[in-house]
Amino acid sequence: MTKPAAISIKGLSKSFVATRVLEDINLDIAPGERVVVIGPSGTGKSTLLRCLNYLDHPDSGSIRIGDLSVDADTASRADILALRRKTSFVFQNYALFANKTARENITQALITVKGQSKADAIARADATLRETGLADKADAYPAALSGGQQQRVGIGRAMALDADLMLFDEPTSALDPEWVGEVLDLMRRVAEKRQTMLIVTHEIQFAREIADRIIFMDGGKIVEQGPPKQLLEAPQDARTKAFLRRVS
Amino acid sequence: MRALDFEYMLDLVPVLLGYVPLTLFMAIIGMFFALILASILAVERVFKIPVLDGFVRLFISFFRGTPLLVQLFLFYYGVPQVLSFLTNIDGVTATIMGLTLHFSAYMAESIRAAILGVDRSQWEAAQAVGMTQGQMMYHIILPQAARVAAPTLVNYFIDMIKGTSLAFTLGVTELMGATQKEAAGSFLYFEAFLVVAAIYWIMVEALAFLQRHLEVYLNKAHAR
Ligand SMILES: Nc1ncnc2c1ncn2[C@@H]1O[C@H](COP(=O)(O)OP(=O)(O)OP(=O)(O)O)[C@@H](O)[C@H]1O
Ligand SMILES: [Mg+2]
Repeated sequence: MTKPAAISIKGLSKSFVATRVLEDINLDIAPGERVVVIGPSGTGKSTLLRCLNYLDHPDSGSIRIGDLSVDADTASRADILALRRKTSFVFQNYALFANKTARENITQALITVKGQSKADAIARADATLRETGLADKADAYPAALSGGQQQRVGIGRAMALDADLMLFDEPTSALDPEWVGEVLDLMRRVAEKRQTMLIVTHEIQFAREIADRIIFMDGGKIVEQGPPKQLLEAPQDARTKAFLRRVS
Repeated sequence: MRALDFEYMLDLVPVLLGYVPLTLFMAIIGMFFALILASILAVERVFKIPVLDGFVRLFISFFRGTPLLVQLFLFYYGVPQVLSFLTNIDGVTATIMGLTLHFSAYMAESIRAAILGVDRSQWEAAQAVGMTQGQMMYHIILPQAARVAAPTLVNYFIDMIKGTSLAFTLGVTELMGATQKEAAGSFLYFEAFLVVAAIYWIMVEALAFLQRHLEVYLNKAHAR
C-alpha cells in the first residue's frame, strides 16, 4: 500500500449561474508534494483553489485533509472553519489586512485563530519577516509597501499558519516585473521545506524548477498531469501542446 | 433698538457653563450606546439574519421616519403609561434613551454602507486565515469601516449635542432649560439666547477640531 495522501479531492464540481466552471475534479496530493496548476485563462484554476478552502462553496464533491473530511452536501460552518484552518492562501492581489502592519498581518491569525500568546505570535512573525527579508518593514502598513514586499508579507502570513496545504493563486501575476524574482525566490525557499503546496502560476520555468507534478487544466477539468519534464517536454493531449506552444 | 447688555452676558457665561457638563454627559453617554447599537444593527443589516432583519428594518425606518421630539415625548410621557416599571424614569435618562435610539438608526445606515464598502479581498483574507465571522468583523472589517464612517459619525455626534437641548422639553434643567429660566427672570432674551448659542457653537467647533485629528489618526494605515 502507498502512503496515505495528505490531501484527497473527490468529485469536486462548481457552477456559476449557468456555467460549469469545475467538472468532477479528482486529485490526491501527497504530504510534502509541490503541485503546480497551469492552463488557459478562465479555465477554473482560481475556482479550484477557492473551493478547496470554501471561499467558493463547491456544488458537490469532498475534500479530505489528513483526518478532516468535508463534503459539499453536508459541510457545516464548523467544517468550513476547520478546513480553512488546515489550509493557507496566497492571493494574486496580496489581500493584506489594510488596517494592520506587516507584523500584525502575521500575528493576527496566530493570536485570534490559533490562540497563541501575543509574545509567541510576535516572535514567530518577526522570524517570518526575517525569512522574507522584511525585518525592517515590520511596522509598515501595506499601503507603504511595494507590490513585491506586500506579496512577501502575504506569503509570510500564510507560512506562519503552518498549514497542511498552502494554496497560491497566481502570486506573481499582479506584480510589476521587477518584483517577480523576489517573490519566486521566497516561494522556492518555502518549497525547499517540503511544505505541501498547490500553486497556480503562469511562470512555466519556475514550475519546471520546483514542481513535483504539473497539472494542466482546461475547461474545468484536469486534462493531463505528470512530472514537469514529462508534461512540459512530452505532453500527450493536443490542448496541452497548444497551450505550451502559446506560453513558451 | 436698545444696546446689548454685555455685563449681563458676561455674568451669564459662568452660570451657563455650569450646565455644559450635563449636556456633554447626555451626548457622550448617548453616543456611546448609539455606537454600540448602531454597529449591531449595521452588522445585522449586512448579514440579513432571517426574521431579525425585518425587525431591524422596522426599527430603523421608525426612528428615521419620526421627529426626535415626538420620540422623546413618546418615551417620557407615553411609554411609562403602558410599561409601569418606567413610571419613575427621569428626564435625563429618557433623553439619553431617545437620543441613543434615534441616532443609532441613522448611524446604522452609515456604518452599513461603510462595511459594504470594505474591499472584498479583506473579507476573503480574513476567511482564508480561518477567522470566524465575529473575529473578521471585529478585527478587520469594522475597523476599516470605522475609518470611512468616522466623519459622518462625528457629524451625528454634533447633531446629538444639539439634540440634548430637547431635554428641556422633558423638564430637565440643562443648558437650554437653564437659559430659558435665566431669560425669564431678566427679560433679556436676546442676550441670554445669544450666549447659549455661542456656547453650543464653540462646543461644536471644538469637536470639529478633534474630528480633523481623528481622521489623521484613522488614516495612519493609509499614509505612504
Ligand atoms: N463569482 C463568479 N461569478 C460568476 N462567474 C465566475 C465567478 N468566478 C469565476 N467565474 C467564471 O468562472 C470561470 C473560471 O474562472 P477562474 O477564475 O477560476 O479561472 P482561472 O483559470 O483562474 O482564470 P485566470 O487564469 O484568468 O485567473 C470563468 O469563466 C469566470 O468568468
Ligand atoms: Mg485565476
